[in-house]
Amino acid sequence: MNPNDLGTYTRNTWCPGCGNFSILNTMKTVLASLNDEGYPLDKVVLVSGIGCHAKIVDYLNVNSFYSIHGRTIPVATAIKLANPDLTVICHSGDGDSLAEGLDHLIFAAKRNIDITLILHDNRVYGLTTGQYTPTSPLGFKGKSTPLGTEELPMNPAELMLVSGASFIGRGYTHGIDLLKKLFKEAIMHKGFSFVDVLQVCVTYFNMYDTYNKRVYEVKDNDTSSFDEAMKIVRSWDYNSVESPIPLGKFYDRDLPRFDQVFPGYQPHKVDRDAEIKKMLESFI
Amino acid sequence: MDDFSTLIGGIAGDGINEAGVTIGRLFNQLGYRIYMYYDYPSLIRGGHNSSLVRASSRKIGVHRDEVDVLIALNQDTIEIHKSRLKESSFIIYDLDKVKVDGISQKGCGLPVSKILKEEEAPPIMRNTCIIGGFCKVTGIEWPILESVLTKHIPKKLEQNLNVARKGYDAAVEYAKIERLRQPSLPILTGNQAIGLGLIKAGLQAYVAYPMTPASSLLDFMARSAQEFGLKVVHPESEIAVVLMALGFAYAGTKTAVGTSGGGFCLMTEGLSLAGNAELPIVIMMGQRTGPSTGLPTYTAQCDLHFVLNAGQGEFPRLIVAPGDAEDAYFWSGVALNMAWKYQVPAFILSDKTVSEALYSFDSASAGEPDEESPVVWDGQGTYNRYKYTESGVSPLAFPPDKRAIIKVDSYTHDEYGITTEDGKITTSMADKRMLKEKSLASEMEKYETVKTFGQGKTALVCWGSNKGVCIEAAELHGLKVVQVVMLSPFPREKLKKALSGVDRAIVVECNATAQLGRLARCNGIRFDQEILKYNGRPFSLDDLEAELGRVLK
Repeated sequence: MNPNDLGTYTRNTWCPGCGNFSILNTMKTVLASLNDEGYPLDKVVLVSGIGCHAKIVDYLNVNSFYSIHGRTIPVATAIKLANPDLTVICHSGDGDSLAEGLDHLIFAAKRNIDITLILHDNRVYGLTTGQYTPTSPLGFKGKSTPLGTEELPMNPAELMLVSGASFIGRGYTHGIDLLKKLFKEAIMHKGFSFVDVLQVCVTYFNMYDTYNKRVYEVKDNDTSSFDEAMKIVRSWDYNSVESPIPLGKFYDRDLPRFDQVFPGYQPHKVDRDAEIKKMLESFI
Repeated sequence: MDDFSTLIGGIAGDGINEAGVTIGRLFNQLGYRIYMYYDYPSLIRGGHNSSLVRASSRKIGVHRDEVDVLIALNQDTIEIHKSRLKESSFIIYDLDKVKVDGISQKGCGLPVSKILKEEEAPPIMRNTCIIGGFCKVTGIEWPILESVLTKHIPKKLEQNLNVARKGYDAAVEYAKIERLRQPSLPILTGNQAIGLGLIKAGLQAYVAYPMTPASSLLDFMARSAQEFGLKVVHPESEIAVVLMALGFAYAGTKTAVGTSGGGFCLMTEGLSLAGNAELPIVIMMGQRTGPSTGLPTYTAQCDLHFVLNAGQGEFPRLIVAPGDAEDAYFWSGVALNMAWKYQVPAFILSDKTVSEALYSFDSASAGEPDEESPVVWDGQGTYNRYKYTESGVSPLAFPPDKRAIIKVDSYTHDEYGITTEDGKITTSMADKRMLKEKSLASEMEKYETVKTFGQGKTALVCWGSNKGVCIEAAELHGLKVVQVVMLSPFPREKLKKALSGVDRAIVVECNATAQLGRLARCNGIRFDQEILKYNGRPFSLDDLEAELGRVLK
């Protein structure tokens, strides 16, 4: 399959230079290669929230559920529970999943439900034209915080690790090869996969220079070790201007999953009328 | 004996609800139709709980104020309920806990503590003991109690039977409840009837966060999941509940959710998404006394306009309000069928009274809400999730489908399901949604969405839980009853017809502003008078009689 065949007829409205283009192109490549390897795309469902990130589902000609702000996870969870054969991938933003819908994100990790969440982490609200998000650094001067924020950023990778996610990685939109590898492994992983993508917003928070200087890919780390993963995710707190920023796969474990243990009884196997009659008789 | 009321009272934790159900079952075994009002505060242990069980030879849906037998597990029961005693009433009480000084009615104290001690029985069996005594007092033969306990309380059966027998033997005979020549019926709560109606119509998943008075529906669904092949999920919040339901619907799984006012507040954004994305969902909204936390365990009909108008933007919705267990069974199934046929949100608007009252259930008169098929894509050409059609309903497809790419969208979208800001498409999609409302309304023509009972120049107009009380009061006064079952789309012509020949229409509601009255006015129909109750308690038959005495003067 040619990755370019996965586009749609609609006009792309991201700003020129937006990091989302890298994510879109990576998704096209990864989905095409999954298809070629025997994972047909009719079994893939994309779910997005609201924000610049979310437009990706309009640009990919694949099954999709364009949800509302912060609410990718519950939709994706139910799609997976309805049909465990489906591969369900959430595209979400930092405002989307870490502010408006944080409870769902933590519960997805806690349940270790077999879905993937790709966090388009640009650390600013783009579509509402430039306010701080949960991952903006301390002192960030956005439209709602003209004097600079008074709060430290959240570390989503650390949060996901302690919440029970069984796959955690981080990529950068200048680094397509790593993104491809991470997306594919995350999608194939059985359990809740969280990929934090440092996605640059050229208009409201252009971090290209900073990231280019400081990112590095972790190698030979023990991805089955919680402690080692914790050390890596804590080595950069989304605030420090000095520490290097690790990229790569931090954690990858095979752990019990909600979709595995969920009692998904199949209705068609049951003679309902007889069961209803039986129950009514038991109520006499 | 055509009308017999029994009240059992104690503290929360005494098993008062279950004791009331057991009393209901005893009458049921003798061929009576029963109705139980369960009154309890919002706490786990302590406080005062009471179950008021009324038995009659005919179908009933309301309680009376006076009782024939008062069963007191504690002193509070006497103090709180002595106003319910008539001269002929009989009191059964726990000798060790209750004093009946100054009460003129006959009674019988049972040595409950002594019996429990002899049988080394846990305190929860106090009610089994006293129900044993109740059977003797009312002339209900021992084998009937034995069979009820054996069937319904299999846990520690022998001990229960021993305790009950000693209670039976310690009591005196006072009255004789005659056996009626009619079959026993299933007795169930409104929530159980709602659950079974949904299941009958093909429900596949139930998602809910606990909230009174909807929690017992979640409990019922979770307990029955395996028997009926249901996926039952209790997620992190009502926001997750409604979004999960929409995820299930996208994947082709027929899903219902249940909540009360506060939880429904959290669902409204998802409700609007269901409206725009045209995803079917059934919402059981069990009203309770508001605003805000209000009286969590008490009743109200105060959310009609909230449910009518919830969610930003304009989109069609079905709202049905069952008035008893038969209505609950039938109309819940209809709600599920219509949600899927028209891809709209459908509400079962209940309240604490209907959801938690116990009814005799006559399935023959309820009607069977058989599963109906939604409009499914025929596989021809390119699949368009939001294809324009004559009915406004676009054929459904579900992933995985090799022939189709299925895109749903919370934004304004084109037929394919891709976001657009085009003005023409925006208008067309709004028209499509309004067309669905017309198609839905026209299909609902064939249903009895406005019911009438009896004849008269004066009519009581009601919706939901006041059905039972209105029917019985109307019979006594020679009035007509008009029950509006469907609140949206509003059945204006049917209501007009039901009111033709009526000189005076009195609307009876459990709210402070006559919400049905307001809805009818919006549709050009005026009621002449209002009888409203909004202290959290449902109308008893006597309440409504007293109000009618005042209003009909």
